[in-house]
Amino acid sequence: MRSIRIDPITRLEGHGKIEIFLDDDGGVSDCYFQIPELRGFERFVVGRPIEELPRIVTRICGVCPASHHMASAKAVDGCFGGELPPLARKLREMYYQAHYIHSHIAHFYALAAPDFVCGPDCDPATRNILGVVQKVGLEIGGQVIKARAMAQDIQTILGGRSTHVVWCIPGGVSKGLTKEELERIRPMADQLYDFTLFSLKLFKDVVLANPAYVDLILNGPYTLDVHNMGLVDENNAPNFYDGKVRVVDYEGNEICKYAPEEYHHHVAEHVEPWTYLKFPYLKQRGWKGFVEGIDTSLYCATPLARLNVADRMATPRAQEAFEEMFQVLGAKPCRALLAQHWARLVEMVQNAETLKGFVEDPEITGPGYRVVPQRITGEGVGIVEAMRGTLTHHYTCDEKGICTSANLIVGTTNNNAPIQMVTKKVAQALIRPGQEVTEPVLNMVEMAFRAFDPCYSCATHTLPGQMPLEAVVHQGGRVVKTLRKNLG
Amino acid sequence: METTGKKKLQIALYWGAACGGCDVAVLDTNEFILDVAAIADIRMWPIATDGKYKDIEAMEDGELDLVLFNGAVRNSENEHVAKLLRRKARVMVAFGSCAHIGGIPGLANQVTKEEIFDRAYLNNPSIEPGNRTVPLPESHVEAGALEIPTAYKRVYKLDDIVPIDYYVPGCPPLPAQIKGVLLAVATGQLPARGSVVGAGHRTVCDDCRRTRHERKIKKFYRPWQIIQDPETCLLEQGIVCAGSATRSGCGVRCPNSNMPCRGCYGPAPNVKDQGAKIVSAVASIIDSKDPAEIDRILEDVPDIMGYAYRFGLPASMLQRRI
Repeated sequence: MRSIRIDPITRLEGHGKIEIFLDDDGGVSDCYFQIPELRGFERFVVGRPIEELPRIVTRICGVCPASHHMASAKAVDGCFGGELPPLARKLREMYYQAHYIHSHIAHFYALAAPDFVCGPDCDPATRNILGVVQKVGLEIGGQVIKARAMAQDIQTILGGRSTHVVWCIPGGVSKGLTKEELERIRPMADQLYDFTLFSLKLFKDVVLANPAYVDLILNGPYTLDVHNMGLVDENNAPNFYDGKVRVVDYEGNEICKYAPEEYHHHVAEHVEPWTYLKFPYLKQRGWKGFVEGIDTSLYCATPLARLNVADRMATPRAQEAFEEMFQVLGAKPCRALLAQHWARLVEMVQNAETLKGFVEDPEITGPGYRVVPQRITGEGVGIVEAMRGTLTHHYTCDEKGICTSANLIVGTTNNNAPIQMVTKKVAQALIRPGQEVTEPVLNMVEMAFRAFDPCYSCATHTLPGQMPLEAVVHQGGRVVKTLRKNLG
Repeated sequence: METTGKKKLQIALYWGAACGGCDVAVLDTNEFILDVAAIADIRMWPIATDGKYKDIEAMEDGELDLVLFNGAVRNSENEHVAKLLRRKARVMVAFGSCAHIGGIPGLANQVTKEEIFDRAYLNNPSIEPGNRTVPLPESHVEAGALEIPTAYKRVYKLDDIVPIDYYVPGCPPLPAQIKGVLLAVATGQLPARGSVVGAGHRTVCDDCRRTRHERKIKKFYRPWQIIQDPETCLLEQGIVCAGSATRSGCGVRCPNSNMPCRGCYGPAPNVKDQGAKIVSAVASIIDSKDPAEIDRILEDVPDIMGYAYRFGLPASMLQRRI
C-alpha cells in the first residue's frame, strides 16, 4: 500500500494534513483530511460570568471574531430572557454586514482569486495576493485594499474595535451610534456598494468569460450530492444575523426548518479517532458514513448552500445577481462547489445594500441601544451565519449568571465531512494509475477545499490562494518520491 | 516572492496556537503591506505567502533578519517550529498576547486535558448518541495507519520555549504599532534586547479619558447590571477593570467603548504579576475595614481568576491550576 501525504497544509492551529492511500496500480483507494488540534473553549469558559463569554470566544477566530461575538451575545441574551431593544438588534446587524464584507473581500481577492486571475497552473511563486495585484494592476489592487479597510473602519466606528470586538452586552450594545459617526460611515457604505458590484463584474470578466473555467466549475470533479443549510428570514431570504435554519436537499425539497433552540434535535456530531474535528450530520437521519446521495445525512453550510436554501434575496440588486447566477449555473440548488466564489460575491451585494439601508434608517442614531436585563432564565442558543457556515453557540448558566455549560458547532465544522469527500473525489479523478502526480494536480486538489474557505478550529484564511503542500509518496514503507510546492 | 537581494530584509511571520487575529492586524496595515513587500522578502507568512518548513530548514542559521511569531505553544509542532525559527532568526519577536503572555487560550491551564476531551467528544448536547470515540494520536483504518499530534497538557508562552529578543503586546497589536516595529528593524533602531516594543510605557488608566475621583466603593457591579456613566472611571463605578495593572498602547479601545479593560496588553512596566496587581486594585477600592463586610462585597466579583489572568495565566506565578 503506497500513500501520498500532503503535509503541512497551513492552518491556524498547527496544521491540517491529507493522507492519500494508493492501490497497487497507483489509483487512489482512500483519502483522509485530518485536523490536528483542539483548544477546549467549551470547557474553559465554564465557571466564568456568562456576560464575559462574548469577549472570550472571539479568540476562537481572528478572521471572523464578530461571528462568534454575535452568536455568543445571542446565546447570552437567551440566558437573560431574550430582552433586546430593537435598536440594539439593528446596530448589531449593521456591524455584521460590514464584518461580512471584510471577510468576503479577503477571501475572494486574496485566497480564491489567485486560482482564477493568475490561473490554477501558473507559477506557484506568483499565485498569491501580490500576483493578483500584479495581474489586475495597482489601481484595482489599491481599491481592494481600500474597500477591506473601509469595512474594518465601519466596524471600529460602530463597536469600538474590529478584531476582537467587545461591544455586545446582555440587553444590547455598550455604545450607540452618533450622528457624526454615521456621517463618517455614509460615504464608505456607498463606496462599498459600488465595490461589490465591481467585484461581481470582475468575476464575470475574468472567470465567466473563460470557457475553460466555466467548464471546470460545471463539469469538473468539484460536485457533491449532499444537502444545504443556511439561515433564512420569514420570506426564506438569507439573513446572516438572525432567523431560522433551513435545510434543503439537493433536489430542492425542504428537509427541515428549525429555530435556534431546537438545534440539538436536528444536528448531531459524529467523532472519528483520526481527527480532532467532529462531523456534524442531520440527526434524524442518523450517521450513515461518508456517503453522497438523496438519503445522506450530510450537508454543506457555505455561501452556495445559503443561496441554495433561499427562495430569494432580501435586497433588490442582490436578487438580480442571484437570478442571473442560477440561470447561468443552470440548476437550483446548484451542486458545483466552485460556484461558492460567485455565491460569496452575490451575498456581498446583499451585505452592502443592507448596510446602506441601516445608514438611511432615521432611528439608527437613537438612544435606546441598551436595557438592563431584569431576570436570568439560564439557557440560550445563538445562531448566526458565520461567513464559513451556520454557527451555533449554546450556553447554560446558574441563577447568578455563571456559565455552567457551553456547546459550539462552528461554521467550517459543518463542512468537515463534505470536505473529506470532495478531497477524495478530486484526488481520485486527478491522480490516475501510471500518471505523474504534478504540482498543478495537487493545486487542483487544494481548490476542492479552498472553495469552502475552510477555517479550522474556525480560523484559517490562507491568503496565498495556495496552501503550502508537500506530497510524500510511500511504497512498501519507504519514501520513493517527494514532491514539493511553492519553493519560492 | 522576489528572489533574495543582498539589501532586502529577510523576514518571516508565523503563527503557533493562535486565532489569526494577529495576522489580520498585519493585513490591517493596508497599503503598508505593499511597502513591506518592496523592502523585504517575506520568506514565510502562512496567511499570505508560501514559505514552508522545508525552506526554513534549508536556510543558514541567522539568515532571517526578523521573525514575528504570534500564538502560544501548546503542542509538539508549535514547539518544533518555534525552535527552528529561533535558529534561523537574528531577531525573534513574540508578537501579540498569546506569544507574549499566553493569551486567552491560556485559560485552558485552569482545566485538564481530560476535562476538555470529555466535553468536546463525550458529554455535550449535540454529540452522536452513544458515542464513546475520542481522537487518538495513532489510529488504524482499513488503508493503513493515521497519526495526529498529541496536545500538551498545558499552554506555554513563547519565551518558555525559546529565548525572545522583543515583545509586542496586544490582542491584537495595533496596526500603527506594527508599522513602527517593522520600520525599527528596517532602520536598525532597536532598543535593548528583552524590551517591550510597539506599546506604551504607562498604564491603560494613564491613557484613559475617564475621570478618577479617588473614591472608594461599597458594591461591585457586572457590566450589564448598570448603565454606567461614560465620563467616570469604571472601577470607581464598581465595574472590575484591569486598566491600572495593564500596559498602555492599546488606544484604550475597550473603556472608550464603555467596556472594562481585561488586560490584553499584559503587565504595565514594573508590574511583576499582572493578576496580583488587578486583585490588589479590586481590594484597595473597597470602602470597608470589616472582614465580613469585605467578603460580602466581594461576592459580587465571581471568577476573580478570570479577571486577573484573562490573558496572562501562562505568564503568571501560578501558570496553571494547582
